[in-house]
Amino acid sequence: MQLITTLLAVTLSAGTSLLYATIGEIYTERSGILNLGVEGMMMMGALSAFAVSFYTGSLFLSLIVAMLVGGSLALLHAFLSISMRANQVVSGLSITLFGTGLASYLGQRLGPESNGFNLAGMTASNFQKIQIPFLGDIPILAAFFNQDVLTYMLFLIVPLSWYFMYRTKHGLSLRSVGENPRTASAMGISVAKVRYLYTVIGGMLVGLGGAHLTLAYTPGWSENVTGGRGWIVIALVIFAGWNPSRAVFGAVLFGGINAIQFRLQAAGTMIPASFLNMAPYVVTVVVLALMTIIGKKKKGKYSSPSALGNAFSIEDK
Amino acid sequence: MEKSSVSTLLKMEGVTKRFPGVIANDRVDLELHNGEVLALLGENGAGKSTLMNILAGLYRPDEGFITIRGEKVSIHSPQDSMHLGIGMIHQEFMLVQTMTVAENIVLGLQDLPLIPPMAEIKRKIIELSDRYSLKVDPDRFIYELSVGEQQRVEILKLVYRGAEVLILDEPTAVLTPQESRDLNGIIKTMLSEGKSAIFITHKMDEVLSFSHRVQVLRQGKTVAACKTEGTTPQELANMMVGREILFKIKKAPYRPGEPKLILDGVTVEDPTGRPVLKDISLTIYEGEILGIAGVAGNGQTELTEVITGLQKAVSGRITLDSQDMTNKQPLHLIKAGMSHIPADRGAMGIVGDMSVADNLVMKRYRSEPIASRHGVMHATKIFGFAKKMISFFKIATPKPETLVKFLSGGNIQKTILAREIDSCGGVLIAVYPSRGLDVGATESVRNNIVAQRDKKAAVLLVSEELDELLSVADKIGVMFEGELMGIVDAATTNKEELGMMMAGMRGGNA
Repeated sequence: MQLITTLLAVTLSAGTSLLYATIGEIYTERSGILNLGVEGMMMMGALSAFAVSFYTGSLFLSLIVAMLVGGSLALLHAFLSISMRANQVVSGLSITLFGTGLASYLGQRLGPESNGFNLAGMTASNFQKIQIPFLGDIPILAAFFNQDVLTYMLFLIVPLSWYFMYRTKHGLSLRSVGENPRTASAMGISVAKVRYLYTVIGGMLVGLGGAHLTLAYTPGWSENVTGGRGWIVIALVIFAGWNPSRAVFGAVLFGGINAIQFRLQAAGTMIPASFLNMAPYVVTVVVLALMTIIGKKKKGKYSSPSALGNAFSIEDK
Repeated sequence: MEKSSVSTLLKMEGVTKRFPGVIANDRVDLELHNGEVLALLGENGAGKSTLMNILAGLYRPDEGFITIRGEKVSIHSPQDSMHLGIGMIHQEFMLVQTMTVAENIVLGLQDLPLIPPMAEIKRKIIELSDRYSLKVDPDRFIYELSVGEQQRVEILKLVYRGAEVLILDEPTAVLTPQESRDLNGIIKTMLSEGKSAIFITHKMDEVLSFSHRVQVLRQGKTVAACKTEGTTPQELANMMVGREILFKIKKAPYRPGEPKLILDGVTVEDPTGRPVLKDISLTIYEGEILGIAGVAGNGQTELTEVITGLQKAVSGRITLDSQDMTNKQPLHLIKAGMSHIPADRGAMGIVGDMSVADNLVMKRYRSEPIASRHGVMHATKIFGFAKKMISFFKIATPKPETLVKFLSGGNIQKTILAREIDSCGGVLIAVYPSRGLDVGATESVRNNIVAQRDKKAAVLLVSEELDELLSVADKIGVMFEGELMGIVDAATTNKEELGMMMAGMRGGNA
């Protein structure tokens, strides 16, 4: 029982950064913009959050800066793909390359002189687990109520995002823009405005996901701290069928695999560590293949926004 | 609104709209009076839709201005247009497939509360749909609806927004005769409430039965604007095309040769295992056009696709020149001489983002003289071939290099027709070949099909227009729920007999 509770707690913590980024990317993709820059935005979010925390000690300020950094990278992507009508795949990939490269560079420059200007190995104030009285004492359930603030915030963000997307006027506009921008435009919705807005909001959430890594999950900065999580996020969006509430299952699944493989490595098994490290990525491939099959059977419910990745102008044919 | 039929509601003056390489509208004037239906008539590519898209706020005019009730207005966006009480139903419906009817209807409404009160909205929709007899369930998803139902959603969308001027872009092109009659009734109800409508069409009978006045456009210019009363279909057709139009098709006497294409007990199932084509047996002879009639969706698509190798038969046999062609690959069938003019031009007939020349050469590029023996294509030969085809089939394109998607519907169809007829080696499968085309293009398509038959080709012509089948086909088969109700002689049958068979009665030599 204790083991299950512990594993579940680690799972939720590992899944938090994934879930922030996945929900962010769902907002973006729902508007019809494919942002493959998640990995880069997450990395920059992780770095900037840690750096701000290291110098100011203010966690709140760290989160704000991570959001601004993620948001501005997303804004760049929005500008390239909406205003300049650039290829979204290329633009997104360059954001990832740029983001990871810049983060790695800054990580070796922003640190204190005593550490050779390196941020790696430094400690800063970080988010502590907060145990909710009473609820945090019940076995199994304790896993949910023994988390950090960022994870608790998701308990609100996920249902609110779902409600926003499916029950509000703005959610209706958002979904219509990603499905059929021509129709949305004919109904008086500004496609460009909606796409800019949700690409930036998406980038902010991705930035928060990065912040969780360096301020809560594995406090401290290290090179390649995201470890390809940004790419798993792209897959999780598909896994979730572009639905924020289903994203929870994906994040928990991948967080869980991470948690279990860490445990196995710590316990020392026959399976080589490299294979265990590979597990989340192998599962990604398998899950995506399965989702494609399910998607074919359940038309509409799991399919991607029809206009995903396409630039739009009303005078296009 | 007060009802005085002579007062001008809306006026467009000197409107010009240019697209790269074309002038879509050239100083067009248009006037709409209170409580009337104005028919906007013209060939494909005459600029009707462009003109209306300007009113709807989708395009901005390069010159000219618009006044409503005497006041000059500027329409910069669909939102502006809506505020002025103008609502347009586009040829391609503006509906989000994965949303419900109710969601589509309120989409983009400015005064919608943050959390839309769906129960109240649905009540209002049901109320409106009762008033105009537009039956539709607000909770269904758009992709679950038939085309006719989708159109009702479009109309509801406009009345929900309180549109006073309705613009309908070829609304009957996708409807069954029954649905067209319903639409006529709906429009009448709206007129009685003081609304006005502009009706884009290229069908003469619709102009005469729906409209009060008619304006004819040709090549972006107004050629006539007059009262509908007092004009004749012939007069309108001539104005529209700019020359005499023959409503009769000239064809040689019917002299069938050997059996060419034989279907024997062919059955096709859909992915769920439901039979969609049941035990079809038919023979098409050389020099014969076999027409296929029926309400859309009764197995016509499956019939043509199983013949052209796009769908698999679960049982039965298809032979061409006594060779077994059952479930062969399309390329095999093409090499055996089969040509196919598909129903969905955009999806199956052309590659929109490729040039007219490349589309024309799409069945010839594999072999000499277009390609070398090693498969390298000769640009000059492609160009020469395309030029020849463009002039022979009178395809109106600025250049052979123009992307096909920029051509009008009629010229896209001519491009497909040119390619398929040029490569035709004895069998032509034509599916709704004149759907959505104007009189001029229809005439040329029909003549080309008849010419193939006169050259001893076996032709299968699927059409939803009985007039077309009666004048073009030699024999007519009628399909109903995946079955062939019988095959009758086109020379001796009549619309009544065909109508009965379309409703499921067996007839002819079934």
